[in-house]
Formats: sequence, structure tokens, C-alpha cells
Amino acid sequence: MGNGAEEDYNFVFKVVLIGESGVGKTNLLSRFTRNEFNHDSRTTIGVEFSTRTVLLGTAAVKAQIWDTAGLERYRAITSAYYRGAVGALLVFDLTKHQTYTVVERWLKELYDHAEATIVVMLVGNKSDLNHAREVPTDEARMFAENNGLLFIETSALDSTNVELAFETVLKEIFTKVSKQRQNNTRANAVTLGSAQPGQEQGSEEKKACCISL
Amino acid sequence: MPRLHSGVATPSIRASPSEARAPPAPRSRLPGAPIERLRNRQPLLYDAGVCVLQPNFLLEAEAPLGAGLGGDSRLWGRRRRPGQGGQLRHRARPHPGRVVGPPEGCGGTMASDGARRQFWKRSSHRLPGSIQHVYGAQHPPFDPLIHGTLIKTVPKTPTTPVKPKKVSTFQEFESNTSDAWDVGEDEDELLAMAAESLNTEVVMETANQVIQNHSRRQEQHRVPQEHVCGDGERAEPFSDLPLVTGTDSRLVKSVSESHTSHSADRWCKDKCLRLTGGAAWVSERGKRLPHGQPFKILSDTTPLQRSQSLPYASTVPLGYGADDKNALGPPALSEREVYRLEKFRQLLAGPNTDLEELRKLSWSGIPKQVRPITWKLLSGYLPANVDRRESTLRRKQKEYFAFIDQYYDSRNDEAHQDTYRQIHIDIPRMSPETLILQPKVTEIFERILFIWAIRHPASGYVQGINDLVTPFFVVFICEHIEEEVENVDVSCVPAEVLRNIEADSYWCLSKLLDGIQDNYTFAQPGIQMKVRLLEELVGRIDEQVHRHLDQHEVKYLQFAFRWMNNLLMREMPLRCTVRLWDTYQAFDVTHSQWPSGPCCSSWSPRGRTNACLMEWP
Repeated sequence: MGNGAEEDYNFVFKVVLIGESGVGKTNLLSRFTRNEFNHDSRTTIGVEFSTRTVLLGTAAVKAQIWDTAGLERYRAITSAYYRGAVGALLVFDLTKHQTYTVVERWLKELYDHAEATIVVMLVGNKSDLNHAREVPTDEARMFAENNGLLFIETSALDSTNVELAFETVLKEIFTKVSKQRQNNTRANAVTLGSAQPGQEQGSEEKKACCISL
Repeated sequence: MPRLHSGVATPSIRASPSEARAPPAPRSRLPGAPIERLRNRQPLLYDAGVCVLQPNFLLEAEAPLGAGLGGDSRLWGRRRRPGQGGQLRHRARPHPGRVVGPPEGCGGTMASDGARRQFWKRSSHRLPGSIQHVYGAQHPPFDPLIHGTLIKTVPKTPTTPVKPKKVSTFQEFESNTSDAWDVGEDEDELLAMAAESLNTEVVMETANQVIQNHSRRQEQHRVPQEHVCGDGERAEPFSDLPLVTGTDSRLVKSVSESHTSHSADRWCKDKCLRLTGGAAWVSERGKRLPHGQPFKILSDTTPLQRSQSLPYASTVPLGYGADDKNALGPPALSEREVYRLEKFRQLLAGPNTDLEELRKLSWSGIPKQVRPITWKLLSGYLPANVDRRESTLRRKQKEYFAFIDQYYDSRNDEAHQDTYRQIHIDIPRMSPETLILQPKVTEIFERILFIWAIRHPASGYVQGINDLVTPFFVVFICEHIEEEVENVDVSCVPAEVLRNIEADSYWCLSKLLDGIQDNYTFAQPGIQMKVRLLEELVGRIDEQVHRHLDQHEVKYLQFAFRWMNNLLMREMPLRCTVRLWDTYQAFDVTHSQWPSGPCCSSWSPRGRTNACLMEWP
């Protein structure tokens, strides 16, 4: 991978999906990358990822989305997977208040491991179960604004806002990247906050879709 | 002479590579220079019937030994026959893959080129790196009685002709190697022969047969569905997910999950396909699915997706009974099965079951009829002594029921809420759904897992542990049902029986986890260690793959984590897991390399034979 023939994109953006177990991260991923949803999807073990290339303006951006288990026990292993991430979707289940109250803890973990410039979106999933809602929209939106996060409510089941959620994040990342690109003549795939500390600009794209951890 | 009889290769006198590659004579296959010297050697040296302890000769004798394949060095150790005087002891070790014969130009007694050629008639052309059985890869060692039947069914590559036993001249005596290399005396000889007979074509044919069986069975159960084929015809770049054709939603879902474990495969080029997907799946290229959809191979993972789909398709019947006999075709297997079942029954019936023997037998698989009892014995749940079994069983079951009373109600306590909640949302996401979503079964699983978690606070409940209950439960319940486990309605099973199955599953799970609890404690050091081990193994057996992964900064932890965490259960159908666990329980469950070994064996071309045989009974 990573040879010239497969470079039909200009950028690779690594995005991570985080949040409590059972909120719907895996189905958000499958809905976005393959337009699929499964009632009986299995618990995510370890780390999984999927990709999709989208067009933002004239640039083709490949979203490399990492999905991991929500269980706390795995955090010691999967903390490495934040490295190189330029975007994050922090997901909670709006029918389970408990998954929302721990959002702050997830944020803290995110900022502990990821770059400060990472684009974060708070996602209230399972909006199709509105009758069972336990988290008011306004409350969540307020929290997001206060913490500088994007916010949206989605339903992986009926696809509501899933595309919008990912594309918003990617656009936001792209905007940031474009600003930096103005200072850099090379138009290669970059990652914000690459492995080189203290350097915001990513290195040139040697390996197309394998971002160093 | 001491050196040769010790069976230890001495690196110091090994031929240098340059020597090994420069044969002096056209037909010579051994390092050149030493042979030249030996041609002039006096016959006297051989009259004693002992080896010529000359550095050059030993150089010759041992050079093939040192030639890289571990399989040969163990042959060396095995072949010595110290007590047999009067025979030439200086048998040269074979070149990799070769049946041995005395070295060419073995002393001056080799009067003519003709005699020399006679030696080498025995060793037909074998290329290094052919499928070799790795010593110690199975336990007990290769059994000619069992695998002998297998050999018969495969096309034989030209084997070495057997020389006549009676010899008149010393030259003839020298040319006669059958006394030392008698087929049938030495298990390893058979082992090497059998391994060489199992050429790639046969392996693939076997694997294809298994695939076909699976698809046939799946086809019987599957309802034809609409699916999107869309872009299935055009080549997708590696980076994007290829669309899976011809599958229902359940199967398709598995694709994304396959990404992690096969992400490494995707990044590897053709070689990886050969290694990981290859022998078994290559023939899938372009093959049409049963209902006529072209199965386009879009990327290296696509063949693997097919295999990936199996664990999630509840339509795959858990028929590890009669159907399995056809998996490898030949009727000889059913004879074998009868034979093995009898052996098991004898062992199990004795006043004291010989657990060591039971382990050895179990390595190659346990007949369905005796699997429940054998698993209970091997796990240490039941005692070897037949008389004590019943009472032990009752006692342990009673103990578990007491746990339920003691612990289960506390699941609503604040301290245990998180644990219970996690278990509660994980169980509905388990497989096979048709079984586990039955309320009685769901409750059983919840109880087992919750009680275990409470009693093992070092790790508590970790996702993945839930999967480990399934094989036990399924095996134990199969003893009491007729139909496939996916189709069973457990309300037909008497409540008392269900309770006992629950207790047995709990204890067996407990025994299993005892050996691997560090897989699940904080930071999961056990898993990290095993993944590291896998990395080392891969680095050793296939440096190219290892380097490739390294170049692309693919970390083993990324794709192998789930393998170790769930003991490969997510990567293969349940019936294969059950079969795998036969072997797993046959040796020490604290074996530190499990499952790094099996993970690794399914990588290497060599190991694929073993993996095929083992995982597709």
C-alpha cells in the first residue's frame, strides 16, 4: 500500500471514535464508511478501523477512522491509538444518561493523549429512540459550546446526520490544515501533530494510509 | 564415534556456505572440496564399521544438517542408533527435504560413479522449503497409524526405492541403505515423507473441499437476499473498503471487523496473500458464489472476507458430528474415528484415567461423543479417578449454586452495577444469537460471568471473556440435544440439566481463565506478551513479512490484539474453535505461547498444512 497507483486522495485524516461501551461507535463507523447498520454487531475488541474518501472542495480527503472498545480495561492498550489523530468523535447514547455524564472523563483522556489542536465533535447517538431520550439536546449542546466542541445528534440506525457529522469534522480539520499549508509549499498528506514533537506540520506522505502510532 | 552418536550438530565444522555451493562433480550435492578429498580415502577406514571422524567428512556429513531447516536437525537427533554395530554410522544428514543417503564419494569404497549414483537414486528432487512437518508441532508426534491413511489418499510423489536387504560385497552393503532408513521403523521418516507427500495442490484441494462443504451448508440455510453489488466489478484502491458481494447483512457486517485482524494482510503484497489467504483461498479468485454472483477479488482481503464471514453467520451449522467426516473426504477417516472413539472410551472407562494419554489422544481432536467428559477431565474439573467423579461433580455444582445465592443478587448494588451493566449489554451481542438470546441462556451467561467477575476482582469482567463461555456451554449442552445448537430451544432441556451445565461451564471457564488471567488484568500484560511473542515468531519464520509490516509501521498489537484477547474465537467459526480447544486443552493451559503459536502457524506456508488439518476436522 502506499504506492503511487493508489493515491487518489490528497490527504489522510486520522479520526478516532471514542465513548462508552454500547453507545454505537461501531455502527456509526459502518454507516459512514459502508452505509451499513447491524443490530447484532459484536463488541469491539481492541482496535478496528475503516476508511472512506470524501471530496472537500477540490481536495480528496481520505478519512481513516479508528474505532475502539469503550471498556475502560482496554484504555491502557489503546491509548496509543490517539497518536496522530487530527479529529475525534466523542459519542454518547442519548437514551442513557450515564454515557453522557462520563463525557468529561473521555475528554480529559483525549486531551491527555492527543494533540491540543485536535478537532472534537460531541455526538449524541440513537436519535431514532427519541421517546426514550434521557439527555436533553440543549444540555448537551451547551456543554459542547462551553468546551469548544462541535455538536450534533445522529442515528446510525436511520442514518440521520451521520454523513454530516463526519463531514463537518473533516471540513474543520481541512480548514486548519489549509491554513498551515499556506505556510508550506508541499502538497502532501499531512497529519496534524505527527510523531515529531513540537512540529505541527506533518511529514510528507511516505506511507499512504499507515499513520505512525 | 561420540560426536555422531551424540546426535548433536557441531557448528564449528559445518561447511562454509561457499563450500556448500560448489559441488565438484556434476552429480554431487554436497560441499565440493571435502568430497574430493574423501574420494581418495583408504577403504580401511570403513572396515571398522564406524564413522570416519575426519573433519572433512564430518563437514560433509553435517553440512546438510546445518543448512537451515530446523526439521533436519531433529532428524539427526532421532536417527542415531548407537547399539547397532557393524553398520555405517556416518550417515550423512540429508539436504533439506531430501531423504538421506550416504554422502557421495563416501570414501574410497565407492569404486565407481555408478555406485555413487545408486546412492542418490534414493533421494529424489526435493526443494528446500517444501512443506515440512515441524517437529514438536504436534503432540503426540506424527502417528503413522493415523496419518498413514491420509498418505494413502494423496498422490504420491516419487519416493525412494527400497534397496534389497541382502548384500554380498561391501560396496553393495554400502549402497544398501534400507537397514538404516527403513520405512516404517522411524516415525520421523514417515513424518518427512508424509509432509512431502502433502504437496500444495493437495492442501489446496483439501481446503477447497472444506470451503465447498461450508458453502453448501450455508446455502442450505441462507435465504436469498437483495444485496448491493454496485462497485463490485471495478478495482477499488486498497485504501477503500471493497464492497462485499453476495452476502447478507450479517456477513457483510463482518467486513469492517475483519479490517483490524487483516489490516496487516492488506498492506502486504502478494506474498502475504499467499501466506495468509493463499493456499486455502487462492482458488476463490473469480469463483462464482453459489447463487451466481461473481465474487470479484478486489483486494487481498476479499478472499479473507469470506472466511471472516463465517463466524458471524449463524447459518453455519455446528455440526461437528457426521458431517465432519466428509470434510477430508476419504472413508478411511470414519474407520479412524471409530478407532479413536474406542481408544477414548477405553481411557475414560479405566479406574483411573491416564490423563497424559488422554492429552496425547486429544491433540488430534476429540470425538464428539466423548468431548464433554474429556474436556471436563482435561481442564482439571473432574478427577482422573472414575469413582470420585460423580461425587466431585455434585460437590462442585452445589458450590456454584451457593455462589448464585451469595453473589448474584448483589448485581444491583452500587459497587457492582458497572460490572453487571457491562455484562448485560455485551451478552446480546454474542454469537450464536439464536442460542444466546433465548432468555434462559442469556440469564445463564450473565450469572456465570457476573459471579466470575466478582470472585476475580484482579481483572473483573473484560469484554472477550464472555466469548470464552460459549464453547463450554455449547459442548456441554450438545450432550443433551439432537439438533444443531443454533436451532435448539433450551426449554426442551430439563431445568436440572441446564443448571448442571451452567455450573460445569462456570468451573471450566474458571479453570481456563486461571491460566490466562493476566490477559485481562490492568494493562493486560499477558496479551502484550503474547503479541510480542507473535512478533518474534513471525520475524523468525518470515522476515519478509515482518519487515514489510515494520516498514509500514503496522504494529502487531493493532491486528493481533483480538486474536489473543478472544483466543482466536472471533476469527473462526465456533465449530473450529471447539476443535481447536480440543488441542488447546491437550496441553498445559498456562503454556505461555498460546495462542501465539497457532496464530503464527497460520501465517507460514509450512504451518498452513498443520493449520488446515487441525482447524478443519
